[in-house]
Amino acid sequence: MSAATPETHHEKLAQEHGHHHDDGHDHGTHKSYVTGFVLSVVLTAIPFIIVMAGGFTSPVWTALTIMAFAIVQIVVHMVYFLHMNTRSDEGWTMLATIFTIIVVVITLSGSLWVMYHLNTNMMPGMNHELTGLGGN
Amino acid sequence: MSASMHSNDQTGFWELEPHHHAEGASTSLGFWIYLMSDCLMFAVLFAVFGVLGHNYAGGPGPKELFDLELVALNTAFLLISSITFGFGMLAAHEGNKSGALRWLFVTLLFGLGFLCVELYEFNHLIHEGAGPQRSAFLSAFFALVGTHGLHVTFGSIWLVTLMVQVSQKGLIPANMRRLGCLSMFWHFLDVVWIGVFTFVYLMGMI
Repeated sequence: MSAATPETHHEKLAQEHGHHHDDGHDHGTHKSYVTGFVLSVVLTAIPFIIVMAGGFTSPVWTALTIMAFAIVQIVVHMVYFLHMNTRSDEGWTMLATIFTIIVVVITLSGSLWVMYHLNTNMMPGMNHELTGLGGN
Repeated sequence: MSASMHSNDQTGFWELEPHHHAEGASTSLGFWIYLMSDCLMFAVLFAVFGVLGHNYAGGPGPKELFDLELVALNTAFLLISSITFGFGMLAAHEGNKSGALRWLFVTLLFGLGFLCVELYEFNHLIHEGAGPQRSAFLSAFFALVGTHGLHVTFGSIWLVTLMVQVSQKGLIPANMRRLGCLSMFWHFLDVVWIGVFTFVYLMGMI
């Protein structure tokens, strides 16, 4: 076992793959791209049709439905177009993505939660409660 | 070399020799981490829109301003450009230079089509008196959708640059690496657009 082994190993890999420059990433096939495209067209068209037709009787259900379609479509794009998997770069790509999703969820839900309560509690109509508290 | 390996065996806990990675082996991971930081920036813009999206300041709201057919057209442009970029990458991996350049050119056309429709929409809104200074809702809208549009603009400039490089130098490993990065960038913008059309346009029209 000599120290030169990793280098020759890389050279061999480079020769085997030639111009393909394969670094363990999945490049997809025509079939996978077409599958992803058809899925995204369907997942885009349905929410547009729902909203253009006026939505369901309950706006909350309409909102939840189109959000669900968006989440599924984002996963479809990640898998079929961005070729996300747990293997590329020894899982570091997936780890970075999971970390980002956590921070994004905290940012979005935290901002909306804090600002919603700020708006509700700081409305001029709420002042009588504040003065009531101040009286104590 | 063998001496260092030997001492390495004796100490045993850490490697003294640096790892030998092929040139550019970590580029895609590094670029992915950049995209994730970009994703955080978009998350903040989405949060701003979520917080300010209902503050119309007595001005026009989404229902008076947005044209869903235009948005559907824009979404179609971006979706088609995603699959044509994918076909371009497949042609490039097959070593088919002219095929890759043709697909990249088609992608560029759809990207420019998207930008034209978006600029038309912005121009239309500003002429109706619904510019970014009209209300907090419109400020947040222009910041979010405009940032996405800027990304598509820079992506298109990058695409032209790479088409010139590929046509001059061919599908050399360095160009394949750059194409791979742009491919991730382009598909990532499509993912961000899913959020935009869902949360800004469709939710606004409910």
